[in-house]
Amino acid sequence: MTEENAGGRVKKFLYVNRKAPYGTIYALESLEVVLIGAAFEQDVSLAFIGDGVYQLAKGQDTKGLEVKNFSPAFRALEDYDVNKLYVDEESLRARGLSAQDLVVPVEVVSAQRMAEIMESQDVVLSF
Amino acid sequence: MKLGILVNEGPYNHEASDSAYQFARAALAKGHQVCRVFFYHDGVNNGTRLTVPPQDDRNIVKRWSELAAEHKLDLVVCIAAAQRRGLMDKGEAKRHGKDADNLAPGFRISGLGQLIEAGVEADRLVVFGD
Amino acid sequence: MLHTVNKSPFEHSALEACLRYARPGASVLLIEDGVYAAARDTAVAKAVQEALQRVQVYALKPDVEARGMQNRVMDGVRLVDYGGFVDLVVEHHAVQSWL
Repeated sequence: MTEENAGGRVKKFLYVNRKAPYGTIYALESLEVVLIGAAFEQDVSLAFIGDGVYQLAKGQDTKGLEVKNFSPAFRALEDYDVNKLYVDEESLRARGLSAQDLVVPVEVVSAQRMAEIMESQDVVLSF
Repeated sequence: MKLGILVNEGPYNHEASDSAYQFARAALAKGHQVCRVFFYHDGVNNGTRLTVPPQDDRNIVKRWSELAAEHKLDLVVCIAAAQRRGLMDKGEAKRHGKDADNLAPGFRISGLGQLIEAGVEADRLVVFGD
Repeated sequence: MLHTVNKSPFEHSALEACLRYARPGASVLLIEDGVYAAARDTAVAKAVQEALQRVQVYALKPDVEARGMQNRVMDGVRLVDYGGFVDLVVEHHAVQSWL
């Protein structure tokens, strides 16, 4: 499995999610990067800011739209050892949501804490 | 330095591809290495050889192909995003029973792992998108 | 960290989000439609002036000129070309793009 740990380095990768699901493809396709990227055994974190927090909302039922509901895939992240999910506190509050409304356990963080997390990253992927 | 570039948007629709191209060119002019340009989401459309843009404006696909040829750049189109949007090389077309292929010169189709690898290998990764 | 913002501040939240998370000493580079935030006398000029107290703000000159904003850039915002963009990327340990 020489493809993993390319160069033997471990970098801090942050995936920044700011877009709501279904209106555009970014939420789905960025999750695909996270799942494929998990095989590379880097130090991965996900940030959900602004409308990005909607990606984690419980109760997504896409049958009427006839599009794939990809929210269950967030529950698979744990199996891939991706468990650093940071959600912006203010973004949740502005949308009338709390951590209880989300499909997976997350760490709700202040803007200051999120800023610290971002500053410490080696690679930031925005979609 | 080794730079990696991610292009998330297609040609003309959004300025991302232009910005990425100019950035790549400036980086090469300064003696930096561009280790990979990865095209994701609608960015895969930068790799179609079927565009016929107006003569009096830039030819986005062609200039990526030319930059790749001149500097031996690795232009990678994500296979999953390409399959969704109808970008095929000869091998993919054959595999899926399609009667045409449309990948432009200088581009290759590969997996998302190539993006992560670029993030690991490069000193800096810059994202251009919407 | 180097932050890039490519959206107009009047239509999108990208600049606001960026300034919320950019730490003191960071650099913010306005590119594409983001360069409108560099203009004087706008509804966001005050926010940008305040940001200048704690971060460096740059605007990509070719994008500024394309939009006819070259005579409206506020004091304190520095114009760079693509070469300058590359230098900024190299000088910072990572780049975050606010799309």
